[in-house]
Amino acid sequence: MFLLETLIKTALVIAGLMTAAAYLVLLERWMAAWIQDRLGPNRVGIPLTRIRLFGLGQPLADGVKFFFKEEFTPSHVDKLLYFLGPAVMFTAAVAIFAVVPFGSVLPSEFGLEGMSRPIELVVAPGVDVAVLYVFAAGSIAVYGALLSGWASNNKYSMYGGLRGAAQLISYELPLGLGLVGVVLASGSLRLDVIIAQQAQSGAWNVALQPLGFLVFFVAGFAESGRLPFDLPETEQELVGGYHTEYSGVKLLLILVSEFLHMIVASFLIVILFFGGWHLWGVTGSGQEVTWPIALARVVVLLGKVLLTILFFMLARWSWPRFRFDQLMALAWKVILPLGMVNLVVLVVWVEYGAKMAAALGISNIAAMAAFGWGVFAASAAVVVWLVPGEPDNRPRRGPAWQLGPTDEEETPQ
Amino acid sequence: MKPDDPRVRWIDEPELGPLGRVYVPLATEGLATTLRHLFGRKKTVQSPEERYVSPAPLIYRGVHRLNRDSQGRVKCVACFLCATACPAHCIDIVAAESPWPDRDKYPESFTIDELRCIYCGMCEEACPVDAIELTSLYDLSGKSREEMIFDKEKLLAVYDMTKDAEPMRTAGVPEPRRKEDGP
Repeated sequence: MFLLETLIKTALVIAGLMTAAAYLVLLERWMAAWIQDRLGPNRVGIPLTRIRLFGLGQPLADGVKFFFKEEFTPSHVDKLLYFLGPAVMFTAAVAIFAVVPFGSVLPSEFGLEGMSRPIELVVAPGVDVAVLYVFAAGSIAVYGALLSGWASNNKYSMYGGLRGAAQLISYELPLGLGLVGVVLASGSLRLDVIIAQQAQSGAWNVALQPLGFLVFFVAGFAESGRLPFDLPETEQELVGGYHTEYSGVKLLLILVSEFLHMIVASFLIVILFFGGWHLWGVTGSGQEVTWPIALARVVVLLGKVLLTILFFMLARWSWPRFRFDQLMALAWKVILPLGMVNLVVLVVWVEYGAKMAAALGISNIAAMAAFGWGVFAASAAVVVWLVPGEPDNRPRRGPAWQLGPTDEEETPQ
Repeated sequence: MKPDDPRVRWIDEPELGPLGRVYVPLATEGLATTLRHLFGRKKTVQSPEERYVSPAPLIYRGVHRLNRDSQGRVKCVACFLCATACPAHCIDIVAAESPWPDRDKYPESFTIDELRCIYCGMCEEACPVDAIELTSLYDLSGKSREEMIFDKEKLLAVYDMTKDAEPMRTAGVPEPRRKEDGP
């Protein structure tokens, strides 16, 4: 019975993810078009008819196109790694969803024989190290980028792979630091417990730990490799980055994995900081649910994820790409220290917070929110104070410009 | 000129405010711009159901036409200025003695290779008698290369087709009196 339940949920998640990825590609193209004052894909409807359906048949057409395209393997690639790259990327991206809840629980009166406990809407329920698992599987994405970049035996791919590796590893640290705050505050590595805790108190983590949210949000953007952090595959500089040499189904796997990373990032942002399935007055907060509440929780969670994804897509056209040195400077000089501050502050809070709140005579939540926003404002002030006021983007005047060795750097005799 | 040349004027970028240092004003500006366009009016024309109509057909550079004068004759005087000006060498003129008394030459044949043409409009600029003009027809297509080489009759036909919608640039200007016309 347990096996059957898991199989059904796995099938549901994989089918849902593939459909979602396909339609998110359509949504992405629509958003791109609308923002550029165009209409976007609106022609493809039901095949062999003239019914257009606002272009909702486009993902099907795209998929068919990908499968019928020539799958060309260049002669100069390292065959094994070339095939392994997309496979690793895709497997890791899908595997993450084993522990990501897509709802709360279904009611226990399911009407099935031997099914007395409520069904949790997650493929692998009750994994105690869910958060660690997500990060472990997410880190394997680096191998995908690196393997495909290296195996392609192409300068552009290689650059893309190197950039991808450097960027993903750099932003993994602040991502973890942003997360540790939430884990500390809730005392659990289980995503469902983290959601339940936010639902119970009614205060989402974004209101309690704004600094942690900022760190996690920026790092999450960078981890999913989306603009303004899409350095591994900048079309203008690197043709296609690490997937330059790929075509056909292998390219499809890489592109779908990238979308899956964005979906994972959105899920994590929503679950960790925006209360997961919780919405005041709609979804309730307890473990005992009825059918309408269970469905409402699924809808609320997926709705929040969709909104986050829409923001991802909007940001893509709103902000220009960072330069690579700016990207690294942001990670190591700004976001990582902020993450450290957040961690230390949360540790102090967990140790002394409740006592301080009791001494001041205010509720725990209010004290934590005040504390969090105070720290946020202070850190923002420090960052503003430390960042130079002049953007230094232009080439320097003076000797550095002159060709050949200058007085300062004499060639050794 | 080298960057440290004294004649180079260096313009300093404006100082960033406290919020500007953490990207706040520019980030909100970017989001506001995209949001405005997201819900704004779209510019797409649903071709082929809808047709794009140039808002300024007189300055659009589409298919050529050879204009007729008030008596329905071809205006061209076979001076070869357009063929000389053409950077793509797509105009081929064969001149002959004019059968009419008011000019010396007329084009016996006048062909434009529409596939070779780059639609720069230099022929139009060069023409001293406003005989060749570019219309706003933009969706030119054909089934063979030969079909896309427009001869005199075809170019005159383009004029007949477009003269109502796009009058000649010199329409309304009286044609110059010539000495053969008499006083």
